[in-house]
Amino acid sequence: MQTFDLESMGLRDLNAALQGQGPDTNETSREVVNPRGSHALAVGLDAPLDVTVHGSTGYYCAGMNSRATIRITGSAGPGVAENMMSGTVIVEGDASQYAGATGHGGLLVIRGNASSRCGISMKGIDIVVGGDVGHMSAFMAQKGNLVICGDAGDALGDSIYEARLFLRGRAKGLGADCVEKEMRPEHLELLAGLLDRAGMNARPEDFRRYGSARGLYHFDIDNAY
Amino acid sequence: MAEDQPAGAPRTLPIQSATFTAEVNAEIRRAAATGIYDIRGGGAKRRVPHFDDLLFLGASVSRYPLEGYRERCDTNVILGTRHAKRPIEIDIPITIAGMSFGALSAQAKEALGRGASAAGTSTTTGDGGMTPEERGQSTKLVYQYLPSRYGMNPEDLRKADAIEVVVGQGAKPGGGGMLLGQKISPRVAEMRDLPEGIDQRSACRHPDWTGPDDLEIKILELREITGWEKPIYVKIGGARPYFDTTLAVKAGADVVVLDGMQGGTAATQDVFIEHVGQPTLACIPEAVRALQDMGLHREVQLIVSGGIRSGADVAKAIALGADAASIGTAAMVAIGDNDPKWEAEYRRMGTTAGAYDDWHEGRDPAGISTQDPDLAARLDPVEAGRRLRNYLKVMTLEAQTLARACGKSHVRNLEPEDLCALTMEAAAMARVPLAGTDWWPGKRGQDF
Repeated sequence: MQTFDLESMGLRDLNAALQGQGPDTNETSREVVNPRGSHALAVGLDAPLDVTVHGSTGYYCAGMNSRATIRITGSAGPGVAENMMSGTVIVEGDASQYAGATGHGGLLVIRGNASSRCGISMKGIDIVVGGDVGHMSAFMAQKGNLVICGDAGDALGDSIYEARLFLRGRAKGLGADCVEKEMRPEHLELLAGLLDRAGMNARPEDFRRYGSARGLYHFDIDNAY
Repeated sequence: MAEDQPAGAPRTLPIQSATFTAEVNAEIRRAAATGIYDIRGGGAKRRVPHFDDLLFLGASVSRYPLEGYRERCDTNVILGTRHAKRPIEIDIPITIAGMSFGALSAQAKEALGRGASAAGTSTTTGDGGMTPEERGQSTKLVYQYLPSRYGMNPEDLRKADAIEVVVGQGAKPGGGGMLLGQKISPRVAEMRDLPEGIDQRSACRHPDWTGPDDLEIKILELREITGWEKPIYVKIGGARPYFDTTLAVKAGADVVVLDGMQGGTAATQDVFIEHVGQPTLACIPEAVRALQDMGLHREVQLIVSGGIRSGADVAKAIALGADAASIGTAAMVAIGDNDPKWEAEYRRMGTTAGAYDDWHEGRDPAGISTQDPDLAARLDPVEAGRRLRNYLKVMTLEAQTLARACGKSHVRNLEPEDLCALTMEAAAMARVPLAGTDWWPGKRGQDF
């Protein structure tokens, strides 16, 4: 396993080394030590690497990730895995604001809590949160699945499009046009798969499903605030 | 008139209100009937102080002009010299502004790429991602990074020649985008990860950063993803140009794109277009002052847009301190928008050539602001690209003509000293002397 120490190397050198890895490598494990909350760590990767960051990270760790598996043993700052395309990002601790924002694909697992706007404008990513999520999570969420094993803050799913929200606890409030929906067998199956992939010990039957009432899909004066 | 007035007495003529004009009353009736604000495309239509209110002084005994057909007057611009490993060099000081696939047809986007490339300049994506047609025909393509992040992906980011972080635009500083359902075709919907046919809303703020400190980190991330190769532009609407320019530069921008209120949009509320933001003329000196105060004028390049129509406008913007100008609406007109040849169809829609601005409805007879395959097929991207190239060449020749007349061997060397203003308002905004004086309102050391 190749080790990168951010105490002795710069951010640019680290990212260049990780980004420079070709797709055909058979030596895929990397570890990053002394991240010291640095921003933009391990961004723009595009190879099936397995990267472990030992510690906590700043803004945008694993941003725009494709194919790589990135594990953060501490907590993650704002925008972890933003605009992820594919691959897996795992945060062992908590995540700050905008986790998984605008993500197009892949799986983001947050074992702790996620702050506000988790999954904002998500476009196909799957996000599984072991704890709670903050207010305005899944705001304008377009596609993908957000699984919340704890509670949700206010205005969950505000102005949501076609993303699916699965909540085990309670939401302080639902956002505009977000409604509870029937949990059908196909949703239970989907949720079971997501929980399994995320390694979360939870029963799908304990969750409720939320999504769009589709009342904001066309302009209507009676929808104005 | 009272009925008891004697026959043949003079009568008071009907007087139309200057406040409640026919247009105002029509809008009141429309609002009352529909219950929704007016949505349209384009920029501010109201009269505001503009480049027409400035004149070049030209050369005379005290200034030495250059011979038009014999002496060089260069026009190239290098963008992104501050931090990017690969700055962009364009041959002319005019770029094509961001316009989305979705708002415009694929043919129109291709035409813009063809025309810009043939003229040696760049074009720009928009709120909908990068199309192969546009990338394929654009030798220099700026990729917009917008709040919606529709179609955003690292592969296209790396294909771009520069990245433009859009904070705002002149037509609607502080507003988000909208694309009505008529234009959300299957291809547009797929690119934007949206259901077909819905009225699409774009957020007015970026989803994962707020404020200049966050923007600095966001720019760092974009640079790290693209290996510090690409120039990073920050586009701002004409709101508070001194502070917005300062903060964009502090955040690390290589280039600031400043869009005044005449700048167009694909669709937004008319009240937003006409009542928010400042005229382009008023914005430029403030942005230049910000760059000068930081000692970065010309090191961070300034691109100005919003109502640019001619080489004269380009030259005046540069004389006020810009490095280049950018066109959107004018480029659309060049490729065929609002052409009188479609007058019969405009009339059927209740409008006329030159006034057609319901771009959001997707019924553009010119095949530009539409996703209707039959209408879009009316636009030949090769021919339209040729028209755009011609227009860009003419604008460049005009700017060179004016620069030579002022004795400049490069259009970049034009300066405020080459200008005077025709009105008090223009003099105050542009900070150049009122014609026939050495004074402008607010000039330091000279009380009115």
